[in-house]
Amino acid sequence: MASAVTLSPEVRAKYEAVIGLEVHVQLLTETKAFCGCPNRFGAPPNTNVCPVCLGLPGALPVLNKRAVEFATLASLALHCEVRERSIFARKNYFYPDLPKGYQISQYDTPLGENGWIEVLSGEGRKRVGITRLHMEEDAGKSMHEGFADSATRTYVDLNRCGTPLVEIVSEPDLRTPDEAYEYLTRLKEILLYTAVSDCNMEEGSLRCDANVSVRLKGAEEFGTKAEVKNVNSFRFIRAALEYEIERQIELVESGGRVVQETRLWNAGEGRTYSMRSKEQAHDYRYFPEPDLPPLIVTDAWKAEIAARMPELPGARRARMIAEYGITEQDAHTLTASREFADQFEEAARAAKNPRRVANLAQSELTMRLKAAGLELDQSPISMKGVAQAADLAEEGKLSSKQLKQLFDLCFERKEDFGTVYEREKPQQITDSSVIEKMIDEVIAANPAQVEQYRKGKKTVAAFFVGQVMKASKGQANPALLNELVTKKLDA
Amino acid sequence: MTPTKSLTATPPSIASLRQAIAGRATTATAVTEAALARIAEADPAIHAFLSVDATLARAQAAHVDQLAAAGAPLPPLAGVPFGIKDVLTLEGAPATAGSKILEGYHPPYTCTAVKKLADAGAVFLGKLNCDEFAMGSSNENSAYGPVHNPHDPGRVPGGSSGGSAAAVASGMVTATLGTDTGGSIRQPASFCGVVGVLPTYGRVSRYGLIAFASSLDRIGPFAANVRDAATVLGVIAGHDPMDATSSPLPVPDYTADLDKGVRGMKLGVPSEYFADGLDAEVRAAIESGIEKLRAAGAEIVPISLPHTRYAIPTYYVIATAEASSNLARFDGVRYGFRAPKSDTLAAMYRRTRDLGFGAEVKRRILLGTYVLSHGYYDAYYRKAQQVRRLLADDFLAAFRQVDAILTPTAPTPAFRLGEKSDDPVAMYLADIYTVTASLAGICGISVPCGQSRSGLPIGMQILGPHFGEAAVFRVAQAVETQR
Ligand SMILES: [Zn+2]
Repeated sequence: MASAVTLSPEVRAKYEAVIGLEVHVQLLTETKAFCGCPNRFGAPPNTNVCPVCLGLPGALPVLNKRAVEFATLASLALHCEVRERSIFARKNYFYPDLPKGYQISQYDTPLGENGWIEVLSGEGRKRVGITRLHMEEDAGKSMHEGFADSATRTYVDLNRCGTPLVEIVSEPDLRTPDEAYEYLTRLKEILLYTAVSDCNMEEGSLRCDANVSVRLKGAEEFGTKAEVKNVNSFRFIRAALEYEIERQIELVESGGRVVQETRLWNAGEGRTYSMRSKEQAHDYRYFPEPDLPPLIVTDAWKAEIAARMPELPGARRARMIAEYGITEQDAHTLTASREFADQFEEAARAAKNPRRVANLAQSELTMRLKAAGLELDQSPISMKGVAQAADLAEEGKLSSKQLKQLFDLCFERKEDFGTVYEREKPQQITDSSVIEKMIDEVIAANPAQVEQYRKGKKTVAAFFVGQVMKASKGQANPALLNELVTKKLDA
Repeated sequence: MTPTKSLTATPPSIASLRQAIAGRATTATAVTEAALARIAEADPAIHAFLSVDATLARAQAAHVDQLAAAGAPLPPLAGVPFGIKDVLTLEGAPATAGSKILEGYHPPYTCTAVKKLADAGAVFLGKLNCDEFAMGSSNENSAYGPVHNPHDPGRVPGGSSGGSAAAVASGMVTATLGTDTGGSIRQPASFCGVVGVLPTYGRVSRYGLIAFASSLDRIGPFAANVRDAATVLGVIAGHDPMDATSSPLPVPDYTADLDKGVRGMKLGVPSEYFADGLDAEVRAAIESGIEKLRAAGAEIVPISLPHTRYAIPTYYVIATAEASSNLARFDGVRYGFRAPKSDTLAAMYRRTRDLGFGAEVKRRILLGTYVLSHGYYDAYYRKAQQVRRLLADDFLAAFRQVDAILTPTAPTPAFRLGEKSDDPVAMYLADIYTVTASLAGICGISVPCGQSRSGLPIGMQILGPHFGEAAVFRVAQAVETQR
């Protein structure tokens, strides 16, 4: 990503950035926020619509109870205080994909407030404040490209209209693009664990705007901020923020002033563009939505929702580190998604040695996934397969070399471990006389090592085991081999 | 219906129609044909209807006749000729809301209240003229031309539900639905000499009512008599899962107590409604009506509603604020009128809304946009909401003392066409007695109570507490019986 500005590291180091993120998340409810239309991505244009979400004259919104429950669950997972009484407002502006001419959104009384999430930053763990979480509805989509007459017309798809959203606004607590990336990662992880959203940035179910300003390190006051919109992929967050930070530093360094404005990130060019200044900012003329009574979330309802809270990733990692004796890094790998962590724990608990399952998953499996460019949920080897391999190794039925070969085969043929193992099961040599014959040959060929052993250096036994295993092409039964080697040497 | 050269006529009552149709003395088809004939005869001079759908009406009537022929029980409004204000949707029928911007628009769904009428066997003759988006007090703001008062075609029928009132007053239909935001049912009922009901906010679903001001808009019936109005309200009232502001309270039988009389009832008369600006003939008619109620055994109690004088500015701030937002959807993008030949989106918006909306609608959109704007919200909209609360508190206090409140419906009888159309403030003052109940969310009715020397109807407004419709109907029935 080419940066349009070039700053010397010395100049860059004089400044620090202040970043706050506004994240819009679509809720995975069956139906839309204010009508009964299916809430599904990917349907043919303008098919998941009705008088309500089309904003037809006379139609009225009725709040989806599930959307409230999802938003409340998300608020609680982000340590927010949940307001008992919150109000929906109308945010008025004209746009062809906004059929009512206003968006229904909570304004001065958001559902959740004063939350936080913990992120790992350069200086260790850090709490990033969450100012608010409020409910609102999504707009439709304007399609400017892809039609024969796109040069002269814009088409509108209103399927997305009325999709329930929560907007999660962070405090300006983030100082680097890395921290912002980490915050988004942790936020996404928490939302995925609560299952309120699929957080798919490419499909637009998680969207991020950033407020960015710069100031000299040590300064108390914030600089003037610009809002960066249209960062539609995790891949570009760091680049977009770094670009904007450097742009502002360069501006300040050259004697200019940052103006409060909205800037659009252009991923293709790797830069931000001014979209509108503060003077051109919309006056949204918010006022309470008269079609909806105040939303009341009683303590009893809140408790009912809280009871459905799953174990969240932070707590789960801490527990898994203690339970399986794994490192924090391992724990991060294993908890990357709730489904994966569930599968892992289910398999690990049934296995003979859970810790071996964790190690296998974290080392052999992850290494191969990385090499193949696959995500955990695309792994050919299931957690059950990993656990089966761990058990076989634990019982001495599989050498580590054999295990690695089988894992390679799984990835080659895209088959689970159990399938490959059944077919390729190493023909182990379990016949004592055959193994004894091989041991005798190795002993005969290595008189010096035999001498060492007999003088008391018992560890030399491993050398013989290794040599015999090699001679058997790894097929000697390891337990039997150990036993026979000791017996022969002690004879 | 007897054909008559007069523009006024009394339509057949619901009870008489039911009895005649059930007893096979007539058929719904015959009743419908008579209504169509009366419309053909009287409506050219009145212009109450924006569209008449004889095919639909005949089909609905035929269905009722099939039931009657089969001896099946008849639904409560079987064969009753109805008209529907054009701000209410009926699937397939036009719904212009009196505006050019909705010319040619055919909604794909039916308003809940209209659906309930249809389910009760009503026969729809057509959609009724009104002020554009229900904004007006004379029906002169209709993009399709004004409605004329059947009592004097040179005078306005009131507004905004002028067509709904005139259609009943001229005997074209037995009952109609109108909407009332600041007086749009009660004032035309008064001007046309019919009964018009303002139900409590939340009593009747607003689903399918093309919104003017959402926190004030209500659907209510017009009829030639109190009993018919009560019957229709009983049909259209009730909770609707499609309207989050509709009340879950059960709907009582509004006709049950009609004939109980007013003996022992306490009826309040607020001094603020009999001050300067009240026409002498209206005052005399209402005072005479009040005396008759006293004679019938009611206790007349002088009361005060001290914040009344703030009601008009409060109403025009809140109603226009909501209207500015509700009418944003009419942008030419998806339905209705779109100005041709615009080079940019912004130009299309501007031209569509400039050419599509009438002057009064644009005035209110501008006013509403202004009062919600950054820096003005607190001074106007927030302040108006605070005053609204005070006005509601006035009524709450009064209803601790009295069962219902009696006032004139409008300060004057029907005025002449064109008389106030150049003076918006004078026009706004025509709502001075009606906007208070709108802001407070309480229920009310306008019932005929005498007439001027020149024969123009005068209406008495009877206001009741939230969900106090039964008491209001009972008093109205007494007024009707005394006249
Ligand atoms: Zn819908």
